[in-house]
Amino acid sequence: MSDTHQHSIRFVRESMLPQQEPPATERGVIKWMRENMFSSIPNGILTLIALYAVYAILSGLLPWLLNGIWDAPSIRACREILDGQTGGCFAVLTERWNQLLFGFKYPTHLYWRPTVAFILLFIAIAPVLFYNTFPRQMLIFTALYPFVAYWLIWGGSILVPIFALVGFGVGYIVYSKYVAQSFAMGFFGGIAGALVTWWLTGMIPVEGVLAMEAVPSRDMGGFMLNLILGTVCVSLSIPFGIALALGRQSDMPFIKWICVVFIEFIRGVPLITLLFVASVVLAYFLPPGTNFDLILRVIIMITMFASAYIAEVIRGGLAALPKGQYEAADSLGLDYAQSMRLIILPQALKISIPGIVNVAVGLFKDTTLVSVISMFDLVGMIRGPILASTEWNGVYWELLGFASFLFFITCYGISQYSQWLERQLNTDHR
Amino acid sequence: MKKSVILGALTVAGLAAGAAGAATLDDVKARGKLNCGVTTGLVGFAAPDANGEWDGFDVGVCRAVAAAVLGDPAAVEFVPTTGKTRFTALASGEIDMLARNTTWTFSRDTDLKFDFVGVNYYDGQGFMVPKALGVSSAKELDGATVCIQTGTTTELNLADFFRSNNMEYTPVPIETNAEAQQQYLAGACDVYTTDASGLAATRAAFEAPGDHVVLPEIVSKEPLGPLVRHGDNDWGDIVRWTLNALIAAEELGVTSANIEELSAGTENPEVNRLLGTEGNLGEMIGLDAGWGKAAIAAGGNYGELFEKNIGENTPIALSRGLNAQWTDGGLLYAPPFR
Repeated sequence: MSDTHQHSIRFVRESMLPQQEPPATERGVIKWMRENMFSSIPNGILTLIALYAVYAILSGLLPWLLNGIWDAPSIRACREILDGQTGGCFAVLTERWNQLLFGFKYPTHLYWRPTVAFILLFIAIAPVLFYNTFPRQMLIFTALYPFVAYWLIWGGSILVPIFALVGFGVGYIVYSKYVAQSFAMGFFGGIAGALVTWWLTGMIPVEGVLAMEAVPSRDMGGFMLNLILGTVCVSLSIPFGIALALGRQSDMPFIKWICVVFIEFIRGVPLITLLFVASVVLAYFLPPGTNFDLILRVIIMITMFASAYIAEVIRGGLAALPKGQYEAADSLGLDYAQSMRLIILPQALKISIPGIVNVAVGLFKDTTLVSVISMFDLVGMIRGPILASTEWNGVYWELLGFASFLFFITCYGISQYSQWLERQLNTDHR
Repeated sequence: MKKSVILGALTVAGLAAGAAGAATLDDVKARGKLNCGVTTGLVGFAAPDANGEWDGFDVGVCRAVAAAVLGDPAAVEFVPTTGKTRFTALASGEIDMLARNTTWTFSRDTDLKFDFVGVNYYDGQGFMVPKALGVSSAKELDGATVCIQTGTTTELNLADFFRSNNMEYTPVPIETNAEAQQQYLAGACDVYTTDASGLAATRAAFEAPGDHVVLPEIVSKEPLGPLVRHGDNDWGDIVRWTLNALIAAEELGVTSANIEELSAGTENPEVNRLLGTEGNLGEMIGLDAGWGKAAIAAGGNYGELFEKNIGENTPIALSRGLNAQWTDGGLLYAPPFR
């Protein structure tokens, strides 16, 4: 057999050819471009159009950014320096950055306090957000954080947050003592215990005991105010939202109808209306001279608003669970609280994460609405004092661009975290 | 029984409210600070500077009242209010007076239960056009497109003006002043109309203010002034006469520069009464004899406040116009201090 070839073929290659590069059109950048950008004539045209659009945007934006003026006393000085060239007047940011971040009335020498509170915020939420990475003992700090942050930002006597903490502590002790007998008894006993403690400690004069310089709520402003409102309202509205969602599914008609009416009413009213009620209408109902803290009023209103939405998101999660899960929990002999805590809610909340994050991001951006009730959050600072100063009247893009930048960082961070969390919790086999 | 308790409580609350409203002067003195409502920011009229200190034409009135009542122009708590919250803030007692470029109208004075104590700026609706249009009078604007803020009285004034002059126009509705600036500069409309002071401030923010002119016609009356709650006439008198003192001081030639010298005593008895070296005007309104001097020394007389905040040497460059003294052909006419 082997001989036949010796006659029919004149030459047989004896060694392997060295590997050759693929043809130029099938490798590297060119291949990638052929596949991804110019795979057909219509796609090629679209690519060119898109490239032109990117070029047009960048050619407008980059000179404006790179040629920007960072040091000038007013917009007119900026224009003089630029002398007809394109360029942003970022000097407004260097001059007013502190007002944009802290508002115009927060005392300058106390800026370190909110800054420390902001840094501590990350330490406090780390064990909640990354529960696998950080030790569980850090949760103690998380529980203490609200009181520490309050004391840092508002100042005043340290006894005020300590008494508040003691109230919660007493409430918890009462709760854990009676909850074995009945959940309702523990729950209401705990609330009563906390209220009695606050009432008693409220009678102790605290003026000046271990006090830091106090800053009234009216002086809060800037991005700090957005962060305060966003953080407090989101963290409060999730437990309220869970309670409302469970209440709406309850078999007890009274509870059910209260929850339904609350959710439907709040969802049917625009947030801005609630804010007006908080700032304007309440002033008529309260006796003259009483000053119910404005930030507290706004926090209550935004929390109510957000918890109604979160309740509906979680109800969606509950409805998505197969009925078998509920029946399985019952058949294991778990009572209502146990089955919710161990079986239903972990699954329902996992399904609800994108929705909850959606509400949280929306809520955080909605905190800019407080500028209409003359609170100086980031947008309020820009629209009011800064654009109304004779020096900076007319600087729109730079200021609003900066505001969008801050909000984008925060909201993008939240959404990235939620996607990571979804991957972490992805236990079904899809 | 229960009903009577509730009624009793209501009566007490009502009395307390009445009492709180009736003695604003005592409240201010006890507090040691004047709560003065201002805008959240309007170029030249009220805005905090880089250090957070409020400054502006309306702010000057607040400081003068604080100086007259408490002797300290810095003893003011500025409460920023928006167009929507200003009246409730005053009615609920959160602020003692409102100096927030608010137009004096019949219904605000009567139905809303406020008292306007005077006028510190006579404004009116005007028109701004690009110079290139070659228009020198609003009567030549037939067929123009006009940028106009929706839902304001300026919209109605515009319609009235064009109809009464038998002219046609195309409105371009816009929401805010900032949007108006952009639309106008982009050429979406030939004319921008709003209050003349607002036009001047808007023009000052342009890259080339010289390319735009504000036409001489003023088509509406917008008298802006400070106001107080109705029912506390003593307090209203104090604010009214503090404003009058600033206006009279300009007329009489009392400035922050020469006030020390003049308060040593002058030939002019009215100056002496104003500065408290003669007569007992301060006693009559429940203040010290030196109230007028303190008010004028706080930020200067009316003319000085005007020049410093919105006058021709500032970027806003408003001319005195109607806001000149009556002796100069304006409308400022302070009643005699006697």
